[in-house]
Amino acid sequence: MTTRTTTRTRRRRRMLAAGASTAVAALALAACGGGGGGGGATSAASQYPIDCSAYKAFGDLKGKSVSVYTSITDTEGDAQQRSYKAWEDCTGVTINYEGSREFEAQLLVRLQAGNQPDIAYLPQPGLLNTVVNDFPDKIKPAPQQTADNVDKYFSKSWKDYGTVNGKFYAAPLGANVKSFVWYSPQDFKDNGYKVPETWSDLLALTKTMHDKANGPVWCAGIESGDATGWPGTDWIEDMMLRTAGPDMYDKWWQHKIPFNDPSVVKAFDEAGKVLQNADYVNAGLGGIDSIATTPWTDAGFGLLDGTCELSRAANFYAANWPAGTKVGENGDVFAFYLPTDQTDIKPVAVGGEFVAAFADRPEVQAFQTFLSSADWANSKAVATPDGGWVSANTGLKPGLLASELDKKSAEILADPKAVARFDASDLMPGPVGAGTFWKGMVDWFTGKSTQQVVDAVEASWPKS
Amino acid sequence: MGWLLNPTTTGEKIADMLVAIALFVVVMGLILYLVDRPRRVPNWLVALAFAGVPLLLLTYGLVRSALITLWNSFFNRNGTAFVGFDNYKQAFTQGQFQQVLVNTAIWVILVPILATLIGLVYAVVVDRSRFEKAAKALIFIPMAISMVGASIIWRFVYEFRPNQPNIQQTGLLNQVLVWIGLEPQQFLSTQPWNTWFLIVVMIWIQTGFAMTVLSAAIKAIPDDIVEAARLDGLGGFGMFRYITVPSIRPALIVVLTTIAITALKVFDIVRTMTGGQFGTGVVANEFYTQAFRQNNQGLASALAVVLFVLVIPIIAYNVRQLRKTEEVR
Amino acid sequence: MTTVDDDVAPVVAKQKLSRLERRAIATKGRLSSPWASGIAILLAVLWTLPSLGLLVTSFRPSLDIRRSGWWTVIPDLFQGKTAFTLENYDQAINGNATLGTFFVNSFVITIPAVVIPITLALLAAYAFAWIDFKGRNVLFVAVFTLQVVPLQVALVPLLRDYIQLGINGSFWTVWISHSIFALPLAIFLLHNFMKEIPTSLVEAARVDGAGHVQVFFRVLMPLLVPAIASFGIFQFLWVWNDLLVGLTFTSAGNRPLTVAVAELAGSRGGQWQLLSAGAFISMVVPLVVFLALQRYFVRGLLAGSVKG
Repeated sequence: MTTRTTTRTRRRRRMLAAGASTAVAALALAACGGGGGGGGATSAASQYPIDCSAYKAFGDLKGKSVSVYTSITDTEGDAQQRSYKAWEDCTGVTINYEGSREFEAQLLVRLQAGNQPDIAYLPQPGLLNTVVNDFPDKIKPAPQQTADNVDKYFSKSWKDYGTVNGKFYAAPLGANVKSFVWYSPQDFKDNGYKVPETWSDLLALTKTMHDKANGPVWCAGIESGDATGWPGTDWIEDMMLRTAGPDMYDKWWQHKIPFNDPSVVKAFDEAGKVLQNADYVNAGLGGIDSIATTPWTDAGFGLLDGTCELSRAANFYAANWPAGTKVGENGDVFAFYLPTDQTDIKPVAVGGEFVAAFADRPEVQAFQTFLSSADWANSKAVATPDGGWVSANTGLKPGLLASELDKKSAEILADPKAVARFDASDLMPGPVGAGTFWKGMVDWFTGKSTQQVVDAVEASWPKS
Repeated sequence: MGWLLNPTTTGEKIADMLVAIALFVVVMGLILYLVDRPRRVPNWLVALAFAGVPLLLLTYGLVRSALITLWNSFFNRNGTAFVGFDNYKQAFTQGQFQQVLVNTAIWVILVPILATLIGLVYAVVVDRSRFEKAAKALIFIPMAISMVGASIIWRFVYEFRPNQPNIQQTGLLNQVLVWIGLEPQQFLSTQPWNTWFLIVVMIWIQTGFAMTVLSAAIKAIPDDIVEAARLDGLGGFGMFRYITVPSIRPALIVVLTTIAITALKVFDIVRTMTGGQFGTGVVANEFYTQAFRQNNQGLASALAVVLFVLVIPIIAYNVRQLRKTEEVR
Repeated sequence: MTTVDDDVAPVVAKQKLSRLERRAIATKGRLSSPWASGIAILLAVLWTLPSLGLLVTSFRPSLDIRRSGWWTVIPDLFQGKTAFTLENYDQAINGNATLGTFFVNSFVITIPAVVIPITLALLAAYAFAWIDFKGRNVLFVAVFTLQVVPLQVALVPLLRDYIQLGINGSFWTVWISHSIFALPLAIFLLHNFMKEIPTSLVEAARVDGAGHVQVFFRVLMPLLVPAIASFGIFQFLWVWNDLLVGLTFTSAGNRPLTVAVAELAGSRGGQWQLLSAGAFISMVVPLVVFLALQRYFVRGLLAGSVKG
């Protein structure tokens, strides 16, 4: 049974909506990112020069058009459209871009009715799985040129998420990096703390900080309206990757090992070294149980007034900081990679979109190829002067990215040791990944033992 | 003629609209004109002229869709294999779907009764008072707000913040709790009461409908009956109990039925406020989730069929009322 | 005549009352006691407060919205600390260059989607109420039953046909769809209103030689104006506030206001406070319509007919 279409878009929307993230903050990405500077882009009008000869093979495309349907709207949608401009100019193809917050449900409605767009950006691999399995005649495999681009510019794990039943369908587009710990550079400087290189270092640093502050130093919150619990699952996923490794991680979400497997318990307990230790949490917010009720959008604010020193959150947390907050190595707040004790790999929990095609006309395939190229990644970087965007494309020139955090994200993704793994709760069946797993996290912070929590989630796993 | 299908300017859109209405009026006018001409037209032909087009539309749009749904409910998730009653088995035996059915039952019972009761009481107490118009407009406002608007409004009522120094409640209800010295509650995620808090939103919206229709019915009670009752010494609650309620019984049934069916189909509130999380799912929302999120057509269809079945008692009751009326005629 | 109850109930009721009861009930008349006023005020406040909160919120700066409840503006007002802003409205209206277009679209969608189903439903209701034909009751019950078909079920089959006809994305699809979805309830309600019109009126017209069409237009329609007005406003509200039908059937240029308002929150929902302004912008029209038609409600759904 493939009930894997959990709802990343909705979830992301919810998590921001429920926590009352503000327009100012969202728009202030510019201000956040601008601090670091160094990016090439200063105006929206500037364009990255692309190599147009790559699309000659698709024939004369002048006057053709390609429809694109996505969940990316608003200013982010505008940036997307700007990034196609150079390609549209040189090929003569028109891109009809349509973004909607109702994307996930409406895409399936359109597919069922036969009104599918040429291209859709799927916000998670689970949806790709559903679409391939349920509409095998409608989705088209990626053309060879696109596959070549992906082989050239993306790591294998990214290509695998775009592959279903051995066939490659969807090239990755943008990316989110979730394995970040936010901190205050000023606080680190004042106290002589160094960014930790390993998980053990991080625990040691936590102890040092605790001894010095004589109180909790981590702040966390998993409240998110109808999606309460998800930020907690991200913690567990990061720990699962670090204690059990990527292979076990895959078995975990595929349910090849039960949810109450000892390795999962171990991951919970590893996270518990911080999250279940009343000495370490919940700085400025209350006891351990306050984690369950603190809005995730506000959880990190203690970094700004010094009531909290460490907070784990994804790169898109940058949009939550109040207006005027400087994000950067020398700014008010910044983030470091959540380190690991593994020496051979650097696991990264990620999110991102994938480009699926429902037509195989030359102009559509040419556009797919463009989107998977380094040229597009760089065009997009230039077209996003406010920052808040990154891709796992290794051809992306970090210098073009607008914000320090984006550069940092790109650096982590491009690390040769990086092993990217998608958010497991997005990959699990909906009733678990967007239900009992979330609820289990709430229970975990409000008094239930690890074993009770994992047993309950295991019991809820859909049969068949 | 491209603008008829694809109007681009405001002028074209409005012209498009006028063409549609004109076309409609001409077609219906012609049908009625034809049936009115000859003196002796058989009754069934007249009936067909009056009800033919609507029946045709209903058959095409709803009956066919319902039949397709029934058919799909016996097939697997994408209609490729016949599975018999498996989808129904799943709907009735799996805990999460049982919960959905129980929730739907709670909605269908509570919403119509409470909305109608409140609407009726309000209609009676403001009847013929000086501020009647304004008072009715106030209760009616929620009807005018879209579901998106309503869900934001109620998020501001239910919003939760932990009870800690330096943190102010932003939800009105929790602020009230804090003021009277209680702990703030997570209204939308605490089971099983969260369903009740969603129901409040629906009652808030539907009371305006009940109030409007019932108020009109109250106005239609003949003055002489009221006068006679008053001369008999009837007043206050007695008037309400023995004159008002019996006189507007048909309107009451209509209102209860309509709201019950609306509650049965409730979708937007659940979807926008909890997304069916935390055990608040109802059938209509679960249908949408299964059909357009999980893409499980079979299960979604089975849930929709269960919805049809759930309404049978309501229909049966209305048919009985209809019969009674017929007999009296 | 209407039903059993209208004529019989008062009589029965009077008989049911014992002498004692009658004496117990004061002769004062209506429920104009302080109790009644209290209930009315309480309900009015409870029903208005949430909307009022949103109204106040829509004028607050976004950071304030997140930090404190809307009621805090009241004490702040006296201390002169309250900051109101039009920024939310400004962004909702000007941030979206095409909001005007969406307004037009909503009107273009709503007017036919009210006129067409109500006219059709009136005709059908007449047939079910006043024309004798075989299978009438069975058909009426069938139509009534169709109320329960959730419109979500019909989205895909209808959209599939519209695509094949080549009319997908146009206004025609929304008009047809809204009309279909409105018919069961409209027929049911209007039928019930029509039933309440005294048979004597219709009979008298028939004796004068009027056919069904004449009876419908000359006798029934004038009496039904208030009922039509009340159902009209409900249908108007449903269509105006609909999101799902508009979203599914219209193409990007023909989207109604609700879709535009829902999109205001941005792709991650980060700007949801704009929705508070958006909600009020889209509410203005339905409220004006309600206030304009309110006098019909006050006259009663079947003004004049009952005494006739």
